[in-house]
Amino acid sequence: MRKKILFTLTAALILVSAYLVFFKAPIPIDPGSAAGDPNNFRIFYFHLPIAISAYLCFAVVFISSILYLKSKEQKWDIISLSAAEVGVVFAFLTLASGSIWGRSAWNAYWVSWDVRLNTSLILFLIYLSYLMVRQAVEEPEKRARLSAVFGIIGFISVPISFLSVRFYSKMHPCVVPPCPSGGGGGIGGVVVYYLLLNFAAYFLLAASLIVLKIENERLKEKTNELKRENNL
Amino acid sequence: MKFLEIAIKDLRAEFRTKQMLNSMMIFALLVIVIFSYAFGNEATLEVEVLNKKVVDLLAPGMLWIAFTFAGMLGLSRSFAGEKEEGCLEGLKLCPVDRSEIYNGKVISNAVLMFLMEITTIPVFIVLFSYDIKNIPGLLVVVALGTFGFIFVGTLLSALTVNTRTREILLPVILFPVLIPVILSAVTATGIMLASGDFSEISGELQILAVYDIIFFIVAQLVFEYTIED
Repeated sequence: MRKKILFTLTAALILVSAYLVFFKAPIPIDPGSAAGDPNNFRIFYFHLPIAISAYLCFAVVFISSILYLKSKEQKWDIISLSAAEVGVVFAFLTLASGSIWGRSAWNAYWVSWDVRLNTSLILFLIYLSYLMVRQAVEEPEKRARLSAVFGIIGFISVPISFLSVRFYSKMHPCVVPPCPSGGGGGIGGVVVYYLLLNFAAYFLLAASLIVLKIENERLKEKTNELKRENNL
Repeated sequence: MKFLEIAIKDLRAEFRTKQMLNSMMIFALLVIVIFSYAFGNEATLEVEVLNKKVVDLLAPGMLWIAFTFAGMLGLSRSFAGEKEEGCLEGLKLCPVDRSEIYNGKVISNAVLMFLMEITTIPVFIVLFSYDIKNIPGLLVVVALGTFGFIFVGTLLSALTVNTRTREILLPVILFPVLIPVILSAVTATGIMLASGDFSEISGELQILAVYDIIFFIVAQLVFEYTIED
């Protein structure tokens, strides 16, 4: 029942926010400015929430990895795996939506010397290798233990990525406070409300996907158990 | 101080055959030689817009490619050797904290890596007729970068030794984690080679130092889980 409420709420919020982003949300950019077609700003409304959702997924991986190493309970391993998979998808979407926006606003899909872009790419690559580690070990207990260690190590890339925009980035704007170099990306007023709605929608989307994945893994466990019991 | 004993044991075993050290040194040398063939005369040309020689732009990247690729050879053998004859079980039976094994391995790996780097830099200077502006500064940067490489690499080497595809998996999972170190080490090395002004690299040195400290501490905490069974 609780799951149904979560999924319905997610679907409703995603639809509403998508409608608002494309038809109602304000664009705080002068039409004549250098940043290309002002409409490209609409990408921002989901680019930022997706990126922050990816960070949150990786934070879940980090915390449940620590809890796994402390308790050795399998449920924490399942949670880390699910959050990592969803996080990788969101990290990829961040890169993809950012590149599309970059093509329109900076006239380039990728600016290889910008620190923020690189740290986001590292984030994606690290969690891809997290999934590689999981693939490389067969015994469930060992797989859980080794990937938990890597989940803890890999989390260092999240603060690096989050802070990089605050201190080193030259191209990518800083939006979420605190921004030491002023920044704010010119975001204020009504924009914030639309943004918060999108945050809610994408956080819920990430949560629903993780819940689905966890359920999926549990069913897989059960099937394996049944197979073992019946010697299949 | 038990970790010193483990490091000495490793180094003594290594210097009996010098297998690892020789292959690391020769590999690094070959990388530099291939670069010198590949870039050849163009390296001495001037890039007018930047008022620099081509080799100034390429040198830091070449050095760090040689260091990290050669270092990877050493790391992948660091724990794989212990799998033979149940040596790892023997190590785990030592009446010391598990992190001492890690510290010992860090020291032996670092010694091998520094030996390799110290022989590679002169070869680089000769092949490209290069003047390094600030040698002590370069050594500081190389040392910080190498420690970052070794701290993470030793931990992940222990992690991958128990997996099916260890030799392939180690570079795949190590390089993404290392990118912050490599990026700042390459930038700082470039400045040390070309202008040698120490005040220009304070940001990079901070990143390297912070990275080294964080990974050293994290490794102390999680190392025991990588070799437990």
